[in-house]
Amino acid sequence: MAAAEKYKSDGTRMGNLLEWLDARFPLMALWNDHLAKYYAPKNFNFWYFFGSLALLVLVIQIVTGVFLVMHYKPDASLNANGVPVAFASVEYIMRDVPWGWLIRYMHSTGASAFFIVVYLHMFRALLYGSYQKPRELIWIVGVLIFLVLMATAFFGYLLPWGQMSYWGAQVIVNLFSAIPFIGPDLAVWIRGDYVVGDATLNRFFSLHYLLPVLILPALVMIHLIALHEVGSNNPDGIEIKKKKDENGKPLDGIPFHPYYTVKDIVGVIAFLFFFAIVVFFMPEGGGYFLEANNFYPADPLKTPPHIAPVWYFTPFYSILRANTINFFWIDAKLWGVIFMGLGVVIFFFLPWLDKSPVKSIRYRGPLYKTALTIFVISFIILGYLGILPPTPGRTLVSQICTILYFAFFLLMPIYTSLDKCKPEPERVTG
Amino acid sequence: MSCDHSVDCGRRRLLVATSVAGGVAGIAAAIPFVASFAPSERAKSAGAPVEVDISKLAPGEMMTVEWRGKPVWIIHRTKEMLEGLEKLADKLADPDSKRPQQPDYAKNPYRSIKPEYMVAIGICTHLGCSPTEKFKAGAESGIDPSWPGGFLCPCHGSMFDLAGRVYKNMPAPDNLEVPPHVYLSDAKILIGEDKKGA
Repeated sequence: MAAAEKYKSDGTRMGNLLEWLDARFPLMALWNDHLAKYYAPKNFNFWYFFGSLALLVLVIQIVTGVFLVMHYKPDASLNANGVPVAFASVEYIMRDVPWGWLIRYMHSTGASAFFIVVYLHMFRALLYGSYQKPRELIWIVGVLIFLVLMATAFFGYLLPWGQMSYWGAQVIVNLFSAIPFIGPDLAVWIRGDYVVGDATLNRFFSLHYLLPVLILPALVMIHLIALHEVGSNNPDGIEIKKKKDENGKPLDGIPFHPYYTVKDIVGVIAFLFFFAIVVFFMPEGGGYFLEANNFYPADPLKTPPHIAPVWYFTPFYSILRANTINFFWIDAKLWGVIFMGLGVVIFFFLPWLDKSPVKSIRYRGPLYKTALTIFVISFIILGYLGILPPTPGRTLVSQICTILYFAFFLLMPIYTSLDKCKPEPERVTG
Repeated sequence: MSCDHSVDCGRRRLLVATSVAGGVAGIAAAIPFVASFAPSERAKSAGAPVEVDISKLAPGEMMTVEWRGKPVWIIHRTKEMLEGLEKLADKLADPDSKRPQQPDYAKNPYRSIKPEYMVAIGICTHLGCSPTEKFKAGAESGIDPSWPGGFLCPCHGSMFDLAGRVYKNMPAPDNLEVPPHVYLSDAKILIGEDKKGA
């Protein structure tokens, strides 16, 4: 990066102010490196909306969250009416706080929207090989963001202190107790009590604030800085930096601002259209965004007849449940936890599992296309089964899908090197 | 560490020593924060024993009381229920209660002090859900025509018999825990303490 030229005032008052600022802060350098002179491939398609949309949802979640905290009370003790204070404070927000229902529904809908957007964003990377060299670090940071997002959503789900909040947290924290030797003590350490209780609620509240407000934005910044260092991938999966004009600008690149800032506004409007439909007309999302059992206050003595995590965790939850066999002296319980963890962690290794000479699905052979299709279908089936109570038949299906899920990753070095790829074009094809 | 002529070895050693000392201090400073996650003294002392009156518990029924924030079941088993328990041995993972899930005085075929009263912590040993009572035997239970009555965990489908013993090949690895308890009289049980403590 060449030392950026400092801004010179054109003599107007605004110009003087900019010159004064730019002499003391790399304002123009940041603006140019990340927006006005950041050259993005000109052939971005539909799938490229979801990065900026994820950022939008993060902002929605932080803003609505900050306002919810002004009325919410993380307190598991019972009030004069015998209702837990935390549960009652959410009802208070919904019924008595002016516009509180809107802010809360935006926040609860935003949680599901975040995962929809992030899953599509990750699928884009699988389509166009966006994790391949030289974008491995962007991908790794992205998977970290996904992990922090899952943790944040999990912590947040306890806060309304409903039946699902309570028993969901109970089950997930107990996963840690499956770890040999230290497990039971670790679970107590996480809860701060022998069962999920007031201590758990308060620490989850603290972390639900810390992670999205401090850690997520920091990771997003690293994600973007790394992206802007190597440049964006595109639907053709070829490097636009290889073909430059006499000024050193990529021939197939256009400045992010104004071209993509304006284009992304279209995506934002379309997104907000769907977001508003859910917030105003179906805030419970058919029982998937807000589960029916969570409208009952937490009762530590009674598990609801059917508990399931929120939809965005169900693929991994299905993998957990699919492990029903004890082998190698290890309980099925621990295998479930191991495979569920691996189901997420394995994404980190994707850049090194893929041996394909091409990036984009457009030039890949039939093997990768088939593998990706099977992977997506098994992910969706796992997600669907995770919502339902287990039966022997469903368990068998989820076991098959779990195997297919992992086969996508573990067999990738084989099928991507055998695959018959088509030649990549010299320039992007639009 | 290599130490060639371009490096002032004395200063490098001092640098390493101070970094190590600083690192140790940093780790030491983290201890109070990590330790603060552990249960507080109040949480630890909240496990006071609970006294339960069982005189109104009819045969074939159960009641639930809270002890240390957990549900504790007291089941008044009928004669038929007790007879049913004896036929199950080959279907159970640990029929003889060999694993330490109960005090010694409950390590018997009925896992209880008095055969007719079962006391157990109603928390599934898999992932901590509270199993649901399925006392009705046979097809009426909705489980299996040969179901003799027991408990079904709604979360992951583990099944337990009326002594809290887990069936084979279930997600739950262990029988339900029997808490320490003692009979104060025929009608009163103290849960959370046994003869040693009393």
